Amino acid sequence: MLYAVLCYNSEETVFSWSKDEEEAVMSKLIAAQEKMAKAGRLGPVARLMPTTTATTLRKDREPPLVIDGPFAETKEQLLGFYVVDCESLEEALDFAKELGKANPGGSYEIRPMALLLPGTLKQ
Amino acid sequence: MNDIAWIDAALTSARPRAVSALLRYFRDLDSAEEAFQNACLKALDTWPRNGPPRDPAAWLIMVGRNVGIDAARRQAKSHPLPDDDSLSDLSDAESAIADRLDESHYRDDILRLLFICCHPELPETQQIALALRIVSGLTVPQIARAFLVGDSAMEQRITRAKARIAKADVPFETPGAPDRAERLGVVARMIYLVFNEGYSATGGELPLRAPLCDEAIRLARLLLRLFQTEPEIMGLLALMLLQHARSAARFDQNGSIILLEDQDRTLWNQPMIAEGLALIDKAMRHRRPGPYQVQAAIAALHARAKRPEDTDWAEIDLLYATLERLMPSPVVTLNRAVAISKLKGPQAALTMIEPLAKDLSGYFYFFGVKGAMLQQLGRNEEARVAFDRAIALANNAAEAAHIRAHLDRLQKDSASAAKKV
Repeated sequence: MLYAVLCYNSEETVFSWSKDEEEAVMSKLIAAQEKMAKAGRLGPVARLMPTTTATTLRKDREPPLVIDGPFAETKEQLLGFYVVDCESLEEALDFAKELGKANPGGSYEIRPMALLLPGTLKQ
Repeated sequence: MNDIAWIDAALTSARPRAVSALLRYFRDLDSAEEAFQNACLKALDTWPRNGPPRDPAAWLIMVGRNVGIDAARRQAKSHPLPDDDSLSDLSDAESAIADRLDESHYRDDILRLLFICCHPELPETQQIALALRIVSGLTVPQIARAFLVGDSAMEQRITRAKARIAKADVPFETPGAPDRAERLGVVARMIYLVFNEGYSATGGELPLRAPLCDEAIRLARLLLRLFQTEPEIMGLLALMLLQHARSAARFDQNGSIILLEDQDRTLWNQPMIAEGLALIDKAMRHRRPGPYQVQAAIAALHARAKRPEDTDWAEIDLLYATLERLMPSPVVTLNRAVAISKLKGPQAALTMIEPLAKDLSGYFYFFGVKGAMLQQLGRNEEARVAFDRAIALANNAAEAAHIRAHLDRLQKDSASAAKKV
């Protein structure tokens, strides 16, 4: 079984870490992943940019509505995600709008990635 | 991370929210700060035992408010001392109050707190010091170090600023849209001033003053999280990230300035650049350009250029033309002239800055740019006069050293030219 581990924390606190604290946490996290990585059982690892960089596409209406900021409703649940390489936010929104046509309702949050490691997992 | 480090980070990040909400309850800055301090002491006592609360800010607001009210009662001597245990278990009450403290309250509370620090009667340096003390929670010695003054001088400066604010009318009513927009503009300017205090540091001062840049970025992130749809706040944060990303490459080992085109671009902070680019991209979708967005867009073009010769000077020239319209200033025109020199050569740039001579007669960069243009044209004697003037106007040793390097090169050029003849 493949599992996704989703990371939640207070952004205000995490972005108040000093550089030393940040580095300390990161090196501990890398050590914690090592066993899985060596066994070829670690998939892609991503770190997202802060929510201030996020844009949300509400696709429960036509045309869909673009809103600045992260997805904030609690009525809908996280069901999956895509990783896509785009030239600009505009292009990423176009991609999300295409997806929205195939699967209306709900929202997509478009958030730039700070880091993406491919992992060691084989298909 | 150990408990104390975690608690410290949580208290720091909760501070603006908590102090600004407490200010709304107590309507007095000293009481709000004192209540927050007391709440922090309680947090240091109970959090390691009971675990951290889910919403540290809400916890601190509630405890701070209770402690503050108790303190007021104590002063009135009409009630017995409160029972400390009544405050120790807050888990249920905490989630209840968190529900009541919705985001819209936070928004205006924090904006109000920042806005108070920008009181027009306060000189800029006091505005910044006050914001760093009250909003960011930096200690007086930390702020004193960043301003390169003694602790007692800074203590005095902050006390005076607070006294002046205590006398002024603090706007407690919820602002309407135009007032809110105006406050936001004033606060954005103050945050950029904090940033520039750090960014203008040179050489040996850098380690002391650079934290101001980090703090300004933190404040701008906070502001943007509350006002998610404001393109100028996105622009401000992008601008600061893109400029701060270059800090490791801006000075050599002797503390002398390294010009943008001579910087080692591998030293630029790529994560900061990526975040800055994402933000300016997002801001420009609004098609509501403003000075911060345009300046960030210029910084973004520099950041995108892998090598100096990849820089899109034509686009930079267009952006400076936009900036001249939005925010007319001889300094903007001077910067535009640098782009023009890359596009059309030094003569065109000289013609452009000639009319600025009167306005910028006391401005270091004007004579630096003028000297460099004259030097490129081979008018070495005039270049020397301009560089001499620049040195006389230099704001610090690093600027003077930078111009002296130009003069040395001029000397060598003249010497080798003389040999050839």
